[in-house]
Amino acid sequence: MEHVDKTFNGTVTALKGMSLQVREGDFISLLGPSGCGKSTALRLISDLLHPTSGRITWAGDHDSGDLGVVFQEPTLMPWATVAQNVWLPFRLRGQPYTAVRDDVLEALKLVGLEKFQNSYPRELSGGMKMRVSIARAMVTRPRLILMDEPFAALDEITRFKLNNDLLRLKAAIGCTVIFVTHSVFESVFLSDRIVVMAARPGRVITELDVDAPYPRDADFRTSSEYAAFTRRATDALHDAMGEAA
Amino acid sequence: MSVADPTDPPLQLDADETARLRRKRLEKFGKWLLPALVLVIMLALWDRIVVWNEIPHYILPGPGLVFETLVKDWAMLFEALLVTVQITLMALAVAVVGGVGLAVLFTQSRLVEMSFYPYAVILQVTPIVAIAPLIFIYVDSRIAGLLLCAWLVAFFPVLSNTTLGLNSADHNLRDLFRIYGASRWQTLRFLQLPSALPYFLGGLRIAGGLSLIGAVVAEYVAGTGGLKSGLAFRILEAGYRLNIPRMFAALILIAVTGVIIFAGLSFLSHMLLRKWHESALKRDH
Repeated sequence: MEHVDKTFNGTVTALKGMSLQVREGDFISLLGPSGCGKSTALRLISDLLHPTSGRITWAGDHDSGDLGVVFQEPTLMPWATVAQNVWLPFRLRGQPYTAVRDDVLEALKLVGLEKFQNSYPRELSGGMKMRVSIARAMVTRPRLILMDEPFAALDEITRFKLNNDLLRLKAAIGCTVIFVTHSVFESVFLSDRIVVMAARPGRVITELDVDAPYPRDADFRTSSEYAAFTRRATDALHDAMGEAA
Repeated sequence: MSVADPTDPPLQLDADETARLRRKRLEKFGKWLLPALVLVIMLALWDRIVVWNEIPHYILPGPGLVFETLVKDWAMLFEALLVTVQITLMALAVAVVGGVGLAVLFTQSRLVEMSFYPYAVILQVTPIVAIAPLIFIYVDSRIAGLLLCAWLVAFFPVLSNTTLGLNSADHNLRDLFRIYGASRWQTLRFLQLPSALPYFLGGLRIAGGLSLIGAVVAEYVAGTGGLKSGLAFRILEAGYRLNIPRMFAALILIAVTGVIIFAGLSFLSHMLLRKWHESALKRDH
């Protein structure tokens, strides 16, 4: 099994001296208030930004198909059908649709949207658009998926459902996920590691392990174990905010 | 807001709903019926003014006489119309190629944009009537001169709208394309050009009207050079001969041509965008 290691060591003021070891198969949440550099961290990992100092390294080779990204907005191309949107990562690598149709349909099936492959994004609800976005991120079977507050704009019911689905999908394709959120509940439910961050300057305050076993479901959400983890994460976040103020 | 009559039977339609339905029906018919009605009234008024005041036809012909002239001179006018339409469409085609080409060039290289954009603006803001005589001094081919004039007027809206469109691609999508290692060409082809399409089509509709204006103005300036004459030249010629009815007839043809170009381009725009763009969506409520 391959190990994916990353080390950041300081960027502008957005992120100061951040170090993070990511292991294959981790589900890591970056939790913190606005302006704590969570999104900056993701942009660094995805190579959209370059660190001012320090470095980010991957274990082993990696190419553009090793990374999937889901933004806060679904970020779909409105002029393309659902299937064409999911095809995009392959298309940019020069693979014709016919060659990867099975992968595209498989990804859509995983998110439960195989019936909508010929729909246009405007015909879908917010939650469905986000599913398409997730399908697009997963279609190349990447080693790492970065998610930048993907469910922040959705209502709570949809959000819970997508949280459940996300865990199922992660298990299905066995990737690593780094998930940015400012919801304590979401981070505890989803991740096995929570990185608590503080703002001004953006930095890591502490790291919590959530060692409840997967699969987690609605029962876990109402368990006392879950409540205990939530409490610990909330306290850590409070400390982080207090320290920043 | 209308108040419901209390004696109304308890229909499911409340006052708002009935008012809305009535408005919708009115819109549907009114859109065609009202302009047609205005046209009929105006024509009748025009006719009556001419008849009652006994205005001679070399000052103001009545609508009947204009129509008669249109039919009588149809062969000559139609030939002229074809010339004008030909110049207009060719100019529009060149405006599209030139405008989109320049816009792509501008978005590919900021240096090119900074160097040439001001000159595109200067070309646009200088009145074509002022440039046209010079063009016909230096350009031997009359067709080429006409085309150049019409193009100068028409290319700018295509250029500026397409540039705006190419630059307005969603930023997250741009990031996504970078993450997936898209080449410049791929980003242009799969992201920027589709994003620019609605803007381009908006510019195209303006350019369609402008290329007709450009063609007509250029014809006025160019006069007749032995070649076949377009509608604008026919208007000038009829003016010298005080053939006012023919001037009106030619004018009507130009106006109708403009409307058809606009309608055609609007239809094209609707067909290209109807599946996905907000502007082409029907909303029921």
